[in-house]
Amino acid sequence: MTEGRNIRVLMAKPGLDGHDRGAKIIVRALRDAGMEVIYTGLRQTPEMIVAAAEQEDVDVLMMSILSGAHNHLFPRVMEGLRKKGMEDLLVLAGGIIPEEDIPPLKDIGIKGIFGPGTETTEIISFIMENLRPRES
Amino acid sequence: MSGKEPLEKLASDTARWEEKTREQLAKIPEARTGFETMSGLPVKGLYTPLDTADQDYRESLGFPGSYPFTRGIQNTMYRGRFWTMRQYAGFGSARDTNRRFRYLLEQGQTGLSLAFDLPTQIGYDSDHPLAMGEVGRVGVAIDSIRDLAVLFEEIPLKEVSTSMTINSPAAILTAMYLALGEKGGTPADQLRGTVQNDVLKEYIARGTYIFPVKQALRLTADIIGYCARVMPQWNSISISGYHMREAGCTAVQEVAFTLANGITYVETSLKAGLKIDDIGPRLSFFFSAHQDFFEEVAKFRAARRIWARLMKERFGAENPRSLMLRYHVQTAGCSLMAQQPMLNILRTGYEALSAVLGGCQSLHTNSYDEALALPSERSAQIALRTQQIIAHEIGVTETADPLAGSYYLESLTDRIEAEAREYLRKIDEMGGVITSISTGYLQEEIAESAYRYQKAVEERRRIVVGVNKFKVKEEPLTGLHKADPAVGEEQAARLRKLKRERSARAVSSALAEVSRIAETEENLLPSILQAVKAEATVGEICGALREVFGEYTQAGYY
Repeated sequence: MTEGRNIRVLMAKPGLDGHDRGAKIIVRALRDAGMEVIYTGLRQTPEMIVAAAEQEDVDVLMMSILSGAHNHLFPRVMEGLRKKGMEDLLVLAGGIIPEEDIPPLKDIGIKGIFGPGTETTEIISFIMENLRPRES
Repeated sequence: MSGKEPLEKLASDTARWEEKTREQLAKIPEARTGFETMSGLPVKGLYTPLDTADQDYRESLGFPGSYPFTRGIQNTMYRGRFWTMRQYAGFGSARDTNRRFRYLLEQGQTGLSLAFDLPTQIGYDSDHPLAMGEVGRVGVAIDSIRDLAVLFEEIPLKEVSTSMTINSPAAILTAMYLALGEKGGTPADQLRGTVQNDVLKEYIARGTYIFPVKQALRLTADIIGYCARVMPQWNSISISGYHMREAGCTAVQEVAFTLANGITYVETSLKAGLKIDDIGPRLSFFFSAHQDFFEEVAKFRAARRIWARLMKERFGAENPRSLMLRYHVQTAGCSLMAQQPMLNILRTGYEALSAVLGGCQSLHTNSYDEALALPSERSAQIALRTQQIIAHEIGVTETADPLAGSYYLESLTDRIEAEAREYLRKIDEMGGVITSISTGYLQEEIAESAYRYQKAVEERRRIVVGVNKFKVKEEPLTGLHKADPAVGEEQAARLRKLKRERSARAVSSALAEVSRIAETEENLLPSILQAVKAEATVGEICGALREVFGEYTQAGYY
């Protein structure tokens, strides 16, 4: 993690899905854990998410989706990050993501995928353990 | 009250009993401290007639079928007929959903409930760039009246009642259903069912808004007004607490926020020139049945009583049907767990029982696999059977409101009413629901409750069996519903075909008329009806309205 500043996280809701109970809970939990969290709100396109991640200079990008459109949307976000040279960003995903979809999503660089019932403490430790120091 | 014993004597006996209990507790304390309902209302170890001493039977409870309807809206309740068993279903194409509907009807379901995919709910056709990956996922894709016709193939509209979970484009789907009925020989006045048409909770919790609040409410009032004239058996709105509860609010907040939205719809309709007793009988509601059994039964009873009083005292309604809170219930989706998913059958069963003991008019029971996927045929069948067991096997339907008179339940009913009224007062003071949405008050209250609940789970103050206690290693559930990835392309092809075959001129002139009326204060329904008959698509009609109304944007970053 970057020296001298708090961990910055972007929580994004890609696609048309309106379920953001989980996303909002995680936003609060991460803030309570001392992180700076920006929540995009609903209906973000991959382009909007990549732009927000760049603009907000975040260390972690989290995406929550429960509508089943993840296989369409996540690869586009990852592609956009690569084009901007932001491959180092720690990207996590959560929501309803079937078991068999997980390996291909990990292959495109999504480090952690968290399903229903995950505790916020587990996500916080995952971020702490997986965040690599960045050059400032 | 028994009537034989004076309350003073009972009070002193109760005090003695409490004293004795305290002595016992000094030796063997209770398992934990701070007993409370799931929503945080305190629960005592004992309830007696002292707790309901203020209740006057006639004023607080009354008879089933009579004001204030605490004990239910019909005299005979389920002795007359059971609630409508209405399973929410929809996925893939219209053909896929038609097959599931017919399966559910064959299995003894008594009403239909239609789930639309997100592009339909947000007014985009299946070939819109923002629809990519979402077509047919969380519900069925409906682009035009042709799709709706396929959806209802071999299902006579005369014989079923259909509920449609559609909000921002509610006018379009209502018009499509009406046109489909007309075409198949069922006139509008014989169509039975419900259109959700509750946009306020979309801004608060559910998220499928399109238009700015003011314009969205105009559409709502247009639908209510049109249906009051043309579709007398159609519930033109289903004012929904369910989604706010799913987003994390408490039982008290669910009642309060739903009825606050109800008040707003009534006020909007009155402002549009409608009469309270014309619209009152067509308003319907939708609540969750969550896990705290007694709290839920009390919630339903309290909600009925508050609404009856509001309609009578605040709006001067006189028609008894205007005073009745009629509602659908769905068991709590958020109580379904991905871990040990078969346990969800039990959770759903208890929740459904609370809905029935609370006096619901229709019920959806969730399927055990819904934390993982849309229901499979097998899980949907078990869910329906759960209701059938409650109706036919366990004897809870033999008499109206069988839990009435329980000291605990009645005291909880009073408490929920009092706390919900306090919220209603606060919302009024803030200037009403629309202001409370724009300041983010309602959204914030819900998020706060959701976070408080999550903390209780993580700190093990609340046990979730199989998740934070009694965990096992398990194999992933098999037989899950799989989304068909080809649906998007199939729908796009259907749209291309539609656009080749229909009269482009008829469509463009119908859309121009929708735009023209949107600029005026006239009711939009007749022009929308013409447009759907000309086979204009949901996306095209919403597009025309978007141009006039603009779009809602969520307020900034959170």
